[in-house]
Amino acid sequence: MPNIRLIARLDVKGPSLIKGIRLEGVRVIGDPGEYARAYYQQGIDELLYVDAVASLYQRNSLKEIVRRASEDVFVPMTVAGGVRSVADVEELLRAGADKVAINTAATHRPALIHEISRRFGCQCMVLSIEAKSVGNGRWEAHVDSGREPTGLEVLEWAKRAVDLGAGEILLTSVDREGTRSGFDCDLVRRVASAVTVPVIASGGMGSLAHLREVVEEGGADAVAFADVLHYRRLSLAQIRTFALDAGLCVRTHAA
Amino acid sequence: MPPDVTVVDYGMGNVGSVLRALAACGAEPLLTREPEKVASATRLILPGVGAFADGMEELRRRNLIKPIRSFAQSGRPFLGICLGMQMMFSTGEEFGLVPGLGLIPGNVRAIPSKGSHGETRKIPHIGWNRLTPASADADWRGTILDGIGPDPAVYFVHSYSAVPDNPRHLLARCDYAGYGISATVRSGQFYGCQFHPEKSGPVGLRILHNFLRGGADFS
Repeated sequence: MPNIRLIARLDVKGPSLIKGIRLEGVRVIGDPGEYARAYYQQGIDELLYVDAVASLYQRNSLKEIVRRASEDVFVPMTVAGGVRSVADVEELLRAGADKVAINTAATHRPALIHEISRRFGCQCMVLSIEAKSVGNGRWEAHVDSGREPTGLEVLEWAKRAVDLGAGEILLTSVDREGTRSGFDCDLVRRVASAVTVPVIASGGMGSLAHLREVVEEGGADAVAFADVLHYRRLSLAQIRTFALDAGLCVRTHAA
Repeated sequence: MPPDVTVVDYGMGNVGSVLRALAACGAEPLLTREPEKVASATRLILPGVGAFADGMEELRRRNLIKPIRSFAQSGRPFLGICLGMQMMFSTGEEFGLVPGLGLIPGNVRAIPSKGSHGETRKIPHIGWNRLTPASADADWRGTILDGIGPDPAVYFVHSYSAVPDNPRHLLARCDYAGYGISATVRSGQFYGCQFHPEKSGPVGLRILHNFLRGGADFS
């Protein structure tokens, strides 16, 4: 099996790295560039930038942040938030992004998934789903940082998006995000077994045991986390050592 | 003097990342779509992400196929990355059988989505995976893989994989859920990497560094 990817999630508002709880009530953490460089040096596998307010303001302010990061960060970078067209993707790729993750614009016009995938390859087109539990083993996809329901049932939406050309799914549990209470493993397992593309689990990592759960029980192909890194509650070295000891395949990093 | 390297600009993919990684290796890369500059390059890099047929069509539309072939005939160092590596082969099967640049004999095929026991293999193959020597006598010394360390994981993202006709052209492979991926190919001064050295951290930078200083002794 390929290694489980460890992804640092960097939520950004304007020029600042932020962190919220259930994607709301955000707190400013610092300069996203500084954190990105530090995580790269510590051996992060990928970076995920999320413009937290892009959809509200109808623009993505990450282009400049990504452009600067790409000068000294040589791991894949995904940009999410406010990406609405093939032209937006082209600009972000030129700035140094490798993939884009799309939520709102794809729910409004699913054909966009096909257009991006056809133009840049499916590996570039990540579908971002903000999932909220509605009970009975069902989840509804939301937009605007989990505020707006879309009426789309998560499993159905994920399968449809993959048929349209999504090459990867970024699956954020709004219920767990920022709570440090563990991933929604049930959600991850359902989605990961319903689609043939890799699934990135996001939202809820508070301890090392949570990482193991979401990989072993949830079947996640990649795990994104923010809180534990930003607040320095766990180091990447600790996470790696734990994962290897637990028998999970992760990349070893020669510092 | 900084090493002289030319990167082919044909509208497919993450050239920005490739240029910045080359700059981090001390090069001042020239990004060009001009056929004459491609043909007369000292070293040439063909990057790219996307589909084989689209890539070849973009090269054709920009009149770049002939200059790339004439560059290659000169025997100067050439590096294809991801789609750029795939297009070095004779044919590709993505969206019908399409002729490639034909620098290395072989075909580019879809990675099987089922394993030998019927288990699902997730496609695309995305993530960090370990390079292993293609055979017992494959020697990385003096190649672009020189000195990349004992556990060289690099970043892959692809759904198709090259199958060289001649196994001697395979320098490194990686295992993806039981399927052997052609990770690095070599024929003389032509190299191809299925993974993305520009996104593979210090190991990837070392590979680019080697390519930029290649020809003679790397160590």
